[in-house]
Amino acid sequence: MTARLRIANLRSGVAGPFELAVDAGECVAITGASGSGKSLLLRMIADLDPNEGEALLDGRDRRRFHAPEWRRQVVYSAAEPGWWGELPLDHFPRSEHARVLALADHLGVAPGRVRDALARLSTGERQRLALIRALLLDPPVLLLDEPTGALDTTATACVETVLRERLAGGTAMLVVTHSDEQAARLGNRRFHMAERRLSPA
Amino acid sequence: MTPIVLTIPDLAIAASLIVLDGVLSVVLRLGLHRQLAVATIRLVVQLVLVGFILRGVFALASPLLTLGVVLVMIAIAGREVAARPEQRLARFGNYTIGASAVAFATLLTAILALTTAIRPTPWYDPRYAIPLAGIVLGSVLNGASLALDALLGGVVQQRAAIEARLALGGTIGQAMRPLVRGAIRRALLPIVNQMSAAGLVTLPGIMTGQILAGMAPMEAVKYQILLMFLLAGGSGLAAVAVTFLGARRLTDDRQRLRIDRLTQKTKGRVA
Repeated sequence: MTARLRIANLRSGVAGPFELAVDAGECVAITGASGSGKSLLLRMIADLDPNEGEALLDGRDRRRFHAPEWRRQVVYSAAEPGWWGELPLDHFPRSEHARVLALADHLGVAPGRVRDALARLSTGERQRLALIRALLLDPPVLLLDEPTGALDTTATACVETVLRERLAGGTAMLVVTHSDEQAARLGNRRFHMAERRLSPA
Repeated sequence: MTPIVLTIPDLAIAASLIVLDGVLSVVLRLGLHRQLAVATIRLVVQLVLVGFILRGVFALASPLLTLGVVLVMIAIAGREVAARPEQRLARFGNYTIGASAVAFATLLTAILALTTAIRPTPWYDPRYAIPLAGIVLGSVLNGASLALDALLGGVVQQRAAIEARLALGGTIGQAMRPLVRGAIRRALLPIVNQMSAAGLVTLPGIMTGQILAGMAPMEAVKYQILLMFLLAGGSGLAAVAVTFLGARRLTDDRQRLRIDRLTQKTKGRVA
């Protein structure tokens, strides 16, 4: 069976080489100290930073994708998400607003908050809205950088429930987390990043 | 319309006003008299030198020499554009972009004016070409440096927002659009202000000069209008050129945001 996402000899001037295969419906959890290279790996896979080596989606080489098309399929969600508008809904097409509100509800963000200005939302609310941006694309691969870093236990549980639904639907996930408990709960396999090299944990 | 010719004694009388400034500085302990003296001497020496050079260039009337003078002016302006922003693009990017945008906008605007509106014979007559290039250059320099500063400063500030758009499958064009728009807008605001206020807040310099030199007010007004159009056009062209060239340097063939190609100007400062 072809892995949903496979990377081989993926490297840059500062990290790698990395080898990894993630199947459809599988979640790989990556832990490691700050600055060990976890975010670098996700950014390299999404092709946001210059890097060399192979990355394949369902066996199809990354080089055969238009770069935006690749990133639309292999979606990276940053630990500190960026926003280009003032309101959360500015970041979604109008046709998706109903879905945004439904997902926000699942993730414990009240509809009133979704319509408020981003600057008035808490870090945790913004983090969940950023996750919604990625989820709405229904990508085959999700690269999540500390998706619950700013969340309390209740909100974390909501996020994990939604992620598990996605896994059941066949999404492949790479989740960077600082929490060993979360890695154990979500990860089918676990890796550890140290000094910009990845090893099974 | 014979201009009233100024004599050295005329200038000496006016210079007494500078002496008055100096006295004020001493009496009020402004500590400015030294700087004032240096600035006055620089003003006189620089302008007299330029006068001599222009006299020579006008007398020779060589197209090559004229082009040479204009290119030197463009090169100096390009350096000014490059020096403004806090950020530097790798491999002398600021300078290459500044100089090419300034050259493109200035030459295009000046040649258009010389061959259509002003039409001296020959069209490249240094008496017209050099002052015209100079005044266009001033405005182009302003527009280009504002645009480059806004682009490079903005890309650092908006990095997370731009990368968020890219990460969600947006093209680099979509991701950079607000930044590009903001940079061009910022470059054009001064000229818009200048045009709106012309004649109300100040009498524009060219018009004043030509009226003093004996030209009929309506003729001077027409010249001023022509020049403002040229300046607005030149600023716009320069701003667009600088922004697009700069934005292209900030990305690569995989439509990434290459902020790694930027370095902070002042050494030792944390980025």
